[in-house]
Amino acid sequence: MNEALTLLSFGEGGWGDTIAFGILVTVSLAIATLPFGLFLGFVIALAKNSSEPSLRLAANIYTTIFRGLPELLTLFLVYFGVQIGIQYGLTMIGVETYVEVNSFVAGMVALAFVFSSYASEAFLSAFRGIPDGQYEGGKALGMSRFKTMRFIVLPQLIRLALPALGNLWLILLKETSLVSVIGLADLVRESGIAARVTKEPFLFFGIACLVYLVLAMISSAGLSRVERWAKRGEAAR
Amino acid sequence: MIAANPAAELKRPPAPPRRWTNARILGHVLMALWIVSGASLVYYLGSNVASPFVLKYWPNYIDGFLVTLQIVSLSLLIGALLSLPIAAARSSRWIIFSAPVYGYVYFFRGTPLLAQTFLIYYGAGSFREELESVGLWFFFREAWYCVIFAFALNTSAYQAEILRGAIQNVPKGQWEGAEALGLSRPVTFFKVILPQAMMVALRPYGNEIILMIKGSAIASIVTIYDLMGETRRAYSRSYDFQAYIWAAVLYLIIVEILRRVWDKIELRLTRHLKR
Repeated sequence: MNEALTLLSFGEGGWGDTIAFGILVTVSLAIATLPFGLFLGFVIALAKNSSEPSLRLAANIYTTIFRGLPELLTLFLVYFGVQIGIQYGLTMIGVETYVEVNSFVAGMVALAFVFSSYASEAFLSAFRGIPDGQYEGGKALGMSRFKTMRFIVLPQLIRLALPALGNLWLILLKETSLVSVIGLADLVRESGIAARVTKEPFLFFGIACLVYLVLAMISSAGLSRVERWAKRGEAAR
Repeated sequence: MIAANPAAELKRPPAPPRRWTNARILGHVLMALWIVSGASLVYYLGSNVASPFVLKYWPNYIDGFLVTLQIVSLSLLIGALLSLPIAAARSSRWIIFSAPVYGYVYFFRGTPLLAQTFLIYYGAGSFREELESVGLWFFFREAWYCVIFAFALNTSAYQAEILRGAIQNVPKGQWEGAEALGLSRPVTFFKVILPQAMMVALRPYGNEIILMIKGSAIASIVTIYDLMGETRRAYSRSYDFQAYIWAAVLYLIIVEILRRVWDKIELRLTRHLKR
């Protein structure tokens, strides 16, 4: 037990700071992905909710692709695909350099694609939960379409979509672990290094799992607060 | 009362002309983009069907495909068996059963599958002597067994929650009605409750299978040559990006076929609910 504590301590001979750094990378990757994923997901949900069939079809194709591919494969496609694409483009214009894509950015892009395709479904079902009368009410008040969206639809949309989006956030947090495969020094990779050096794999991977659990618990607590905030208008009823 | 004039009734007003709204233009542009990229993908793959890469690696892809199917079906089956006692214990009134099982389910649903696989495959090495003394080392030494074990435990937690949710979703009146008819509790459960629960559980089960197919790509990280593993091996040997494109096409085909078949099954099984 004492040995384990020494191994997990900070500073000399301990792996605490390495793992803390890994946690930081994991959390910041998830947080950095979230706004892009949410925005893209919202735009795709708007397209799916449109009355224009071609727009709906285009959005559905996007969702089908990114929900059907394994996240790991999406990650490799983005990581190697972008690298090869840039390299190819540079060779075309006559520049001979070796390009390496930042694994953080590649992970962010791939996870945002996956997240947005699921988030669009969450937003879409929230859109379906908002009656037409809300749009008509906005129109009757003389609000522009943008204003109706911003002040009438969006607040209700957030409330309706939040439970599903909360689940997606928890999934996103777990999916960041895949980025360790393309070399980002996240929680799983750092614990892997610690496990290999100290020959205590069970301890370190167990710690990694526990950290994910704690992150999930913190997120759940935060999410329930956000949900209470989103529901603040309901209390009066 | 006005007499109905059949000629006037048939004459409908003409449909309003479909104007080129911004949404319509955008939709057509995006569709054009999809069609162009789809066509160039088909052209790219078509022009590579007889390339040295495909001729050399397609047997590996088929092997990998079969390994993926084996991993998914084995772990789903074992997970389904495990999920029955887990779901029963989880909804038990006795806290000595429900509390530890709640912890189990929370652990496997709250941590990444990758970390779980590492914990079992690499973590077993920490207990090598103990495992050797009970004769289980052969099991944890093999990546194949570890992956099946990890995936089965993971999916059992998810499946137990699906099962529990579906059974709880059946209204209480169904139990009471069966009791009023004098049916015993096991008969009630298997003949009245379970069929209705399965109907509700069908969609989440389908999603779980798809998640498992996608998650099984993780097995490639611990040296299993499934579809993803063969893809990575082919890429690391040839540095040809089409390795990943073929894999993407294969995965999309599996998932899409499964999703459509599942929709058909659901439509068939719930046809008595359609009005």
